[in-house]
Amino acid sequence: MITPLPTKGRIHRLAETGRASVAFTLDGVAQVGMAGDTVLTAVLTVAPVLRWSEFGAEVRAGFCLMGACQDCWIWQEDGARLRGCSTPIAEGMRLLTHPPESWP
Amino acid sequence: MTDPRILIVGAGPAGIRAAETLVAAGLRPVVVDEGARAGGQIYRRPPEGFTRPPEVLYGPEAPKARALHGVFDRLVAEGRVEHLPQSAVLGFSTAGAHVTGPQGSRVIAHDQLILATGATDRLAPVPGWQAPGVYSLGATQIALKAQGVALGQRVVLMGSGPLLTLVAYQMLGAGAVVEAVLDTAPLSAQIAALPAMFARPALALRGLSMRARLGRRYHAGVTLHEIETDVRGPVAVRWSSASGRGKRSLCDTVGMGWHLRAETQLAGLAGAEFDHSEIWAQWLPRTDRLGRLRPGVYLAGDGLRILGADGAEVAGRLAAAACLADMGRPAPEIAADLARLARLERFAQGLARAFPWPAAMVRSLPDTAVVCRCEGVTAGTLRATVDHGGADANRVKSLGRIGMGRCQGRFCQLAAAELIAAHAGTDPAQVGRLRDQAPVRPVLAGALARSGGSG
Repeated sequence: MITPLPTKGRIHRLAETGRASVAFTLDGVAQVGMAGDTVLTAVLTVAPVLRWSEFGAEVRAGFCLMGACQDCWIWQEDGARLRGCSTPIAEGMRLLTHPPESWP
Repeated sequence: MTDPRILIVGAGPAGIRAAETLVAAGLRPVVVDEGARAGGQIYRRPPEGFTRPPEVLYGPEAPKARALHGVFDRLVAEGRVEHLPQSAVLGFSTAGAHVTGPQGSRVIAHDQLILATGATDRLAPVPGWQAPGVYSLGATQIALKAQGVALGQRVVLMGSGPLLTLVAYQMLGAGAVVEAVLDTAPLSAQIAALPAMFARPALALRGLSMRARLGRRYHAGVTLHEIETDVRGPVAVRWSSASGRGKRSLCDTVGMGWHLRAETQLAGLAGAEFDHSEIWAQWLPRTDRLGRLRPGVYLAGDGLRILGADGAEVAGRLAAAACLADMGRPAPEIAADLARLARLERFAQGLARAFPWPAAMVRSLPDTAVVCRCEGVTAGTLRATVDHGGADANRVKSLGRIGMGRCQGRFCQLAAAELIAAHAGTDPAQVGRLRDQAPVRPVLAGALARSGGSG
């Protein structure tokens, strides 16, 4: 059972808003980020968390943004994970806030 | 005779100046850095295609940022350094440094090693800090600088240190809503440290003027009680003023940190011994004045001594000079840099005294407070572990899992040592430092399997 995500994002754009759009999906829903966004920025602009589970301690939205805390790993539909703060969003990425169903 | 193989880890101010010094001596170092573009954290550059100029990103430090970026880009363009961006050193073996990056994993053999690994925020737990929407102060600054975003709509910034005032000032300037700036350092400590901070008068005055711009948002000498949260994250911070009055600041985001913590895992794996520094409230590696750990291994920048970006540039040049001297090559004159280092140290020690580690706050954390964000280990679990296992940090780690999560103790180790010491009636220096374990970053099994050749 996957908890439905609240729809509102947490990140608030202040500058550099004239960039090209980048299309990706989050939990199967089409979303749009901007070229140069990290995965963390693109996801948290449209959703409040990167990873979601029924365990409170596993609800994550990143912490250090400099690759040290490892809090911001996020799933992809193909089962691979990536570190949200240091990976640029790319056209066609299919991201998940929960493990893919094939995951044991 | 072939040229010596020199590996520099980190392309911030220290790594860049070390590389420049070695190139000037006719050598061609390899520079491994986790960033996509060189610069480090304070002079971090946004991705290609962003348009704000350095003057907007770095304020009065823009000329220094431009100079460092320019030097490194020129060295790379001229082929005088080999730059491996988005790459991390995971550990060392007799074959060399194990590096992972976009091309997979490889081993880089080297004769000389310069570690310029920088620092992260130094964190202390506050009940509720494990919630999504709580970030380090550095994170709130990186979001602003490198992505042009605020991490929330209403932000409370808290902790202590020069970054607290700087981030608040920068966020206000960028149009973000900052509800409160809560400094645990008492005004008395800040005033007592002013003479030392006037070792760099312009910088001290700039800090005071930024502080003035925060107006009534800024509060010194606060006691932080709790980050109140709902399922989305923070809703308010509960705190008491210096005069003891209870307060509650509404917010949806928290940025927190207490100055800096040296990033020392690789230094440990390279054989460094550590001393617990009372003034910095952390373990720092033991080297000589130039950053020489032993001939062939050198440390520079905030990963050695927390002097900030200017000190890191000096330390980078000194480490490279030591490296050149040990190889029997002509080394640059170091007297002027040693004098600069002494002045920067006076200033930095003033900062450390003005904005101290909140030992009393950590010691009085309630049992329910989470200390380890990675695995949710609480202060109560940690105290119980000390009761049956003793007051040794590595033993508490084995038994209670504190420091065993994905961040490998980077953000809980200092608070854990403080809690262990308090519970056992000793001090953090006696509790000990967590042993370093390779890989110092989590690595995907696929990346290890996709192993390239050695270089």
